[in-house]
This record gives sequence, C-alpha cells and structure tokens, in this order.
Amino acid sequence: MKLLTHNMLTSKCLKGVTVGYPLAIVAKDIKVSEVDFNSEFIARIIPKLDWATLWKAAESIGHVGELPQTLVEDFEENEDFLKKVHHILLEVEVINGDLLCPESGRKFPINDGIPNMLLNEDEV
Amino acid sequence: MIGIPKKYLLWFAHEHVDFRIAEIESICEMYDIKVTTILRPDEYPYWIIESDSEDAVKKIASRSISLRSCIELWGDGGSHEDLHRSLKEYPQGNMRLHLNNEKSFKVIVETFCKHFSQDEKIKKIESFSYLPIEGPVNLRNPDTALMYIEYYGLDPNTIPDKPYHLFFGRLVADGQRQLIRKLSLKTRNFIGNTSMDPQLSLIMANQAQVKNGDLILDPFVGSGSLLVAASQFGGYTLGTDIDYLMLHARTRPSRISQKTRGKDESIASNMKQYGTSSYYIDVLVTDFSLPVWRSDMRVDAIITDPPYGIREATERVGTIKRQPVIDQHQVASHIPSKIDYGLPQMFVDLLSFAANHLCINGRLVCWFPLFREHYADEQLPSHPCLQLIANSEQILSTYTSRRLLTYKKIRDPQDDDPIDDSNVLDFRVRYFGHGDETRKERRMKRAEQRAKNKENWEKNIKSKTAR
Repeated sequence: MKLLTHNMLTSKCLKGVTVGYPLAIVAKDIKVSEVDFNSEFIARIIPKLDWATLWKAAESIGHVGELPQTLVEDFEENEDFLKKVHHILLEVEVINGDLLCPESGRKFPINDGIPNMLLNEDEV
Repeated sequence: MIGIPKKYLLWFAHEHVDFRIAEIESICEMYDIKVTTILRPDEYPYWIIESDSEDAVKKIASRSISLRSCIELWGDGGSHEDLHRSLKEYPQGNMRLHLNNEKSFKVIVETFCKHFSQDEKIKKIESFSYLPIEGPVNLRNPDTALMYIEYYGLDPNTIPDKPYHLFFGRLVADGQRQLIRKLSLKTRNFIGNTSMDPQLSLIMANQAQVKNGDLILDPFVGSGSLLVAASQFGGYTLGTDIDYLMLHARTRPSRISQKTRGKDESIASNMKQYGTSSYYIDVLVTDFSLPVWRSDMRVDAIITDPPYGIREATERVGTIKRQPVIDQHQVASHIPSKIDYGLPQMFVDLLSFAANHLCINGRLVCWFPLFREHYADEQLPSHPCLQLIANSEQILSTYTSRRLLTYKKIRDPQDDDPIDDSNVLDFRVRYFGHGDETRKERRMKRAEQRAKNKENWEKNIKSKTAR
C-alpha cells in the first residue's frame, strides 16, 4: 500500500464509524522502489490530498525526510518539492502491517502490499 | 498547421463494428478535434472525413484501436474508371510534395473480402503508372507510402467480380492495433477466468478518455486487465475487489497447461511486464457495497467490468444466519461468508458511487449484460447526475449480449435527487430461468423458426427469378 492510497482510505465501512479517517499505520515491512516521476500527475493530485494526514503518515513510518509539515505555495513550479511528494506518495510502500481504525481500533491487515478492508459477517 | 480542408479515409478493422463510432467520437472530444464527416456508412469498414489539419487526423490514429490506417484520400470511385478519373483530377501540386525525386515510396495494395496473388497486385499497381512518381522504391522504410484499396463488400459468400468501391491515397498514420498484440492474454503473466480481451480493454480506456496523469479506478478489478489498458495511455490506476484470493493470485490457474499459480503472479507483475509499473498505485480487498474511500475523493474515470453472476459471482459480505458469532481465536484468520449482492442493486450502487466520486465531466465506462430479445433502453441503469453518451453492443450468444455503457458526470449529486427507479433486471435469474421451457417447447420454437426461414428463402428465390 502506497501513502497515496492511505490518504484516501477510511474505515467508514464499520458500523457506528462516521469518519474513520485517518487510519493509523503499523508497518512491519516497508519497501522503497523507484517510480518514474510525472510532474503533471503529482501537481494534479496534491490538491486532492489531505496534507496533514500525508505528513503524519510519512512521519509515523519514518519516511518523512525533508517533507514540509505544511503545503508550500505555488508547488506547480517547484520541481524539487514535487519530487519529494512523488517519493512519499508513490515510491514508499507498506508491504506488511496493519491499518487501524481511529475510532474503534479495528485492525485491517496489509499482506504483500494489499490491504484487506473486508469486514466479517458479524460486523456488517 | 491549418490549411485547406483535405479528405481523409479512415480504414477500420472489421471487428467490434458497433464500437467504432463511439470510439472515434470519444477521441475527437478528448483532443477537441472537429472533423466533418462526408461518408459514414454504418457497417462498411471505411469513413471519409474532411479536416484542415493533418495533425488532428494523426491524433485520432494515435489512440484509436478500431482504426487500421488513415489515408489522405487522393481519389475514389465506384469503378476503376471513376477512381482513375478522380485521381487525375486531384491537384498535382500536393502529390508532388510527396512524390518528388527525393522521396522514396512504396504502394500497398489492400483488398477487402477478396484475395489476390502478388503478381495480380503488381498489375494493379502498374495501372497507376501515370502518377508523377520520381523517387526510388523503398519497401522497408519509404518516405511516402501510397495505399490502394479495393472493397468487395461484407459478404464472403457472394464476392462480386468488380469491387464496390476503390480508394487511392497517401498513408498518413496507422491506428493502434499493434497494442492488441502487445497486451495479448496469451503472453500475459497473470490472467483470470474472466480477464478482458485487450482490444475491448483498450477501447474502454478510449471511451473513458484516459489521459496522462489521470486517476483511474476499477472497483471490480479481478485480474486487472482494464488497469493494464488504462496505464498504456498514462492513467494512474487503482483497483478494488472482494476476492482476496484473486488479488493475491492464489485462485486456481486459468491456463490449462498450468498446475499452480506462479509465485510472481499479480496485477503489479502484469504492469511490470508491460513497462507501466509507474502507473500502478494499488489494489485493495474491499466489499463494494460498503464505503471505504474518503467522501471527497475524486477520480477522473471509473472503468469496470462488474461480475454478471454467471462466471463470476455477484457477492458482498454477509450471512443468512440471524446472529453470527465468530470465536475470538478465529477472528484473525476468519474468512467472511458472502451472500448474493444481486446485479440490479450492484448497478444502483455503481452509478451512485460514480456520481459521488467522479470529477465533473469524468466518465464511467462499464459493461452491462442483458437478454437481447427483451432489450429496451429503459432497462439500462440510470442516474440523474450521469448522462449516457455511448452504448455499444457485443453479442455473446443467441440470446445474450453485453453493452458497453459510457456515462459522463454532468453535475454533483444533491440530497433531493430522485431515487433510481430504473428497471434493471437480474441477469442471473433470467439466465438460469431461461432453460425452464421444456425440450418440446424448444423444439417447436425451432421448427417454427425453420419454417419461417424456408418461407422467406422461397420468397427470395421467386422474386429473383421473376427479375
């Protein structure tokens, strides 16, 4: 699971949970790989992100690097910044671990990079 | 480059005929290309369009899967004489631009629905000896490729002696048919039982107007064949599916020659195989009937092939037990039980999901299975925020077909939107209820049909002999 996905993911599926955001990450294995940089995509995706969540998530798994805590202005032209965002969104990947619902503490396991958001039949 | 409008011939592959118009219209809209259609027969594999920009035509060819080639039309006609006459009337100045002594050339002869030997084709080429060709021949890599097409109709049982239509012109660009081979399921690392054929997947990506940097979601991702196609055009892809074993590639192998799934099989490995790893974001195991995304998450397109309930089940998590209990020690490894989702409910949810999570003007492209004899437009799923803009049929059997539906989001949903009351029928119930007529009834029906066919045939013969 990449942090881009994490930024959009909630545990709203649980009964009684209305926001379920942001999910906490307990990372066991993290993989960093190289992904082609596409400034257009990153510039288009930044407005869709919850920046505080991204920063906290990056920090919690120890990959925050030089990522600023607040979103910089005029980021479209700032290639250096876009590359940092690119790295944290697409190149850092949680391979094994858990996602935790912030309200109920329900665990959603991540195996082989694929989060399992399924509930059991007694929870739906 | 804007110039005098020129005529171009779009020469199509004669496959998935019903998808052609929608595909070209979708591409033209995506690139904001305006062309004038001069001749667009419904079934024939060619159109003639007029455009003042060759780049526009090249752009169409750079995306189209249905298109084989695009030709700057120098002459055409219903007979050899007409063709040569119209070719001689074509302004020589434009021809000389491409046929002067510095330009190497070749002539491609193509005949539709009739085969000719190489000698016969050369004779055909020689009939154009009056053209002002000065350059040398180069068959491998010519500067100018000329194309001569003879069209002998669509019926291979009654091929006429003379072609119905003839075309001659300069090849401008080829379509993207080579992608079909590149993405062939035969050589793909990871496939499932219902992986989508590459040609249709690519057409779907075109219907969705996937562009570089778009965010694309497939909520019924399966083996990810639609993501593979979308990533070819620069779409960043996300997928979800309820089938844990499928996403982890631990289902039974789909290839008869394969006993177990390979360790490296996964959607991510497919992306790697085609060099589009960078466009793969994630796949997740989720139940589509429940929300998992932030409510303000927006994607540029949703491309999906939902299960029809026949080869892949329409399922969601649930149980028929009144009070299910899972022992504490089993929770970690428990596999949730599933109940039937039902196709009508699934489509209601899919359209409302699209209405919520698409950008304005974003597109939902999905397949919808149905029974052909009962087809009516009202049966198609609908939503007040989504406008149906294309509907192409692929016939699956005598009774069934599926339609590729393309919707465009025209506005954000509001609280007082009417609740969907469209008349979507459950395909699965129909499909398995269909066999309920007795064998006798079926035999009678077929006999009736045969009698009717015979009558028609006799009538035909009579009217022919009367002439």
